[in-house]
Amino acid sequence: MIARLTVAERQSALLILIVMSFLGLAMAAAGRGTPFGLHGFLVIAASIGVGLPLLRKFYAPEPDPAQFEQYYDDPTKVGIVLAMLWAIAGMFVGVWVAALLAWPDLTIDAAWASFGRLRPIHTSGVIFGFGGNALIATSFHVLQRTSRARLPDQLSPWFVLLGYNLFCVVAATGYMMGVTQSKEYAEPEWYADIWLVIVWVVYFLIYIRTLARRKEPHIYVANWYYMAFILVVAILHIVNNLAVPVSFGDFKSYSAFSGVQDAMTQWWYGHNAVAFFLTAGFLGMLYYYLPKRAGRPIFSYRLSIISFWGITFMYMWAGSHHLHYTALPQWVQTLGMTFSIVLLVPSWASAGNALATLNGAWHKVRDDATLRFMMVAAVFYGISTFEGSFMAIRAVNSLSHYTDWTVGHVHAGALGWVAMITFGSIYALVPWMWKRETMYSARLIEVHFWLALAGTVVYVFAMWNSGIIQGLMWRTYTDSGTLAYSFIDSLVAMHPYYIARAFGGLLFLLGAIVGTYNVLMTIRVAKRERAQSGGGTDVPSYGRDPVLQAGE
Amino acid sequence: MHDMVVAFSKSWGLFYLVALAVGVVIYAYWPANRARFTRAKNSILDKDDRPWS
Repeated sequence: MIARLTVAERQSALLILIVMSFLGLAMAAAGRGTPFGLHGFLVIAASIGVGLPLLRKFYAPEPDPAQFEQYYDDPTKVGIVLAMLWAIAGMFVGVWVAALLAWPDLTIDAAWASFGRLRPIHTSGVIFGFGGNALIATSFHVLQRTSRARLPDQLSPWFVLLGYNLFCVVAATGYMMGVTQSKEYAEPEWYADIWLVIVWVVYFLIYIRTLARRKEPHIYVANWYYMAFILVVAILHIVNNLAVPVSFGDFKSYSAFSGVQDAMTQWWYGHNAVAFFLTAGFLGMLYYYLPKRAGRPIFSYRLSIISFWGITFMYMWAGSHHLHYTALPQWVQTLGMTFSIVLLVPSWASAGNALATLNGAWHKVRDDATLRFMMVAAVFYGISTFEGSFMAIRAVNSLSHYTDWTVGHVHAGALGWVAMITFGSIYALVPWMWKRETMYSARLIEVHFWLALAGTVVYVFAMWNSGIIQGLMWRTYTDSGTLAYSFIDSLVAMHPYYIARAFGGLLFLLGAIVGTYNVLMTIRVAKRERAQSGGGTDVPSYGRDPVLQAGE
Repeated sequence: MHDMVVAFSKSWGLFYLVALAVGVVIYAYWPANRARFTRAKNSILDKDDRPWS
C-alpha cells in the first residue's frame, strides 16, 4: 500500500509525521504527567506507528503509472476494516454500560470504568468510530465512481482517515481520564477539536478537488448528501466548540457560551449532528448502494433532490425541541417543534423513495440479505423520523423527555437505520473492493441480519415500554396532590426492561462480530485467490448482479 | 438590537424558506431537466470501473 504512494507523497507524509511528533513532544512537555501530557505521548506513538512502515518502504521505486488509470481505493479498504473494528469496540462498551444499568453491582472500583466515563466511549465509539469511518470509506468510493474521476492525490485521503482515527482514539482515552467538556456528542476538549477541524477541512477539500476534476457533468445526488454532511459538520463543530483553554499546557477549556445560549448552541449542534452526521451522510450511502445493489435506478430522482434541500434547510432549525419547558424563549421552542414536524415530509420522501425503488425487486430483497439490510434501514428511517417529529411536539415531549423513550428513539435510528444501512453498504462494497464475486459467506450475512434485526426490535421495544412507564409514573399524582411514586419506584419498574435492553444490545454486538469475521475472511480469501492466479491488475466484476442463493 | 433580530428572523426567515422551497420544486420539475435526471439516475448502474479520461 505504501509502495503505491509516489516518492513525493512519501516524503510529504514523513514531513507531516515529523511535525506531529514534535507537536506531541511539546504537548507531553507542557502537560507533564497530566492527561494532556499523556495525549502528547499518544500523538508521538501514533506518528511513530505510522512512520515505521512508511520508512520501511520509503526508498521503494516510483509506483507503476498504470495505477493512475484506476480509482484509488486503498483508504476505502482500510476505512471499512477500521469501521468494523470500531463497531465491535463501541458496541461492546454499549453492552457493558447497559449491563451496568441493569446490574449496578457489576462495576469495578476504578474511576475510568465508571458509568459516566464509559457512556461517552460508547456513543463516540459507535457514532464517530464506526459511523465516521464508514462514511469516510464509502464517500471516497461513491465520490470517485459518480464523478468518474480519481481522487486528486494519494496522501490527503490517508491524512483524513488516519487523522480522524487519531481524533477518535484521543477522544476515547480522554474520557477514561476524565477529559471532557461535558457537551453531549461534543465531549472532546479543545486540542482534539482543533485537530478535527484540520482533518475535516482537508476532507472537504478532497471532495471539492475531485468534483472539480469530474468527467461526469452531473453531480449525482449521493454526493450532495455527502457534501452537506462534511460542510455542515464542520460548521457545527467549529461553532459549538468555541472555547478558551485554561492554558496551552492544560486540557481544560471553558465554553464561549453560557447559560441558555450555551444550551441552545449545544442542541443546535446536537440535533444537527443527528441530521448531518447520522442522516445526510448515510442517505448518501442509501442513494448509491441501494439502487446499485438492487440493480434498479432510484424511483424518483426529482424527489431525492427535493428531499435533499428540505432536509438541509429545515433540520437547521429543529434543535430547540431538545429544550422544551426550559429558560429558552417560548417562540424558539415552538419554532423548533414546528420545523421538526415539517421535517417529516422530506424524511418520508427519502424513505418512500428507497422502498419504491425496491418495488419490483422484492424477490431480491427476499433472497439477498445485503439488500434486506438496506430495506430494513429505510423502514427504520421512516419509523424513527416519524417518532422524532412526534416526540418534538411539546405536549408529547412533556411525557417523553428525560425518559428511556428518548433512548429507544435514538437506538431505533442508530441501530435500525444507521447501522443497518452501513452493514448493507459494506456487504455490497467489500466484494467490489477486493475484486471478488461475493462475500466469504452469504449464510453469515443472513445470521448477522437476523441478529441485528432481533437485537434492534428487543432493544427498542424494551425502551419504549420502560420510557412510557417511567414518564407516566413521574407525572402521576395522588388525590392530595403529591407524587404517587418515588423515583426509586420508577427505577424498580424499569429493571426488567434494562435486562431486556442489555440482551438486545448483546444480540446486535454478536451480529457485528459475525459481520467483521465475514469481512476479514473475504479479504483473506481474496488475497489467497489473487496469489494463486498470479495477481492480475485487471478490473473485473464491478457491481454485477448479486449471486442469488439456492431456493430462488 | 435583540428585538430587531427577532423581528427580522420571524418575517424574512419565513419568506426565504418559502422562496427556497418554491425554487427547488421548480428546478426539480422543470421539463427540460427531466432528461438530465433520468440519465443521472441510470448512469450509476453501468459496470464501468475506471476513471474516464
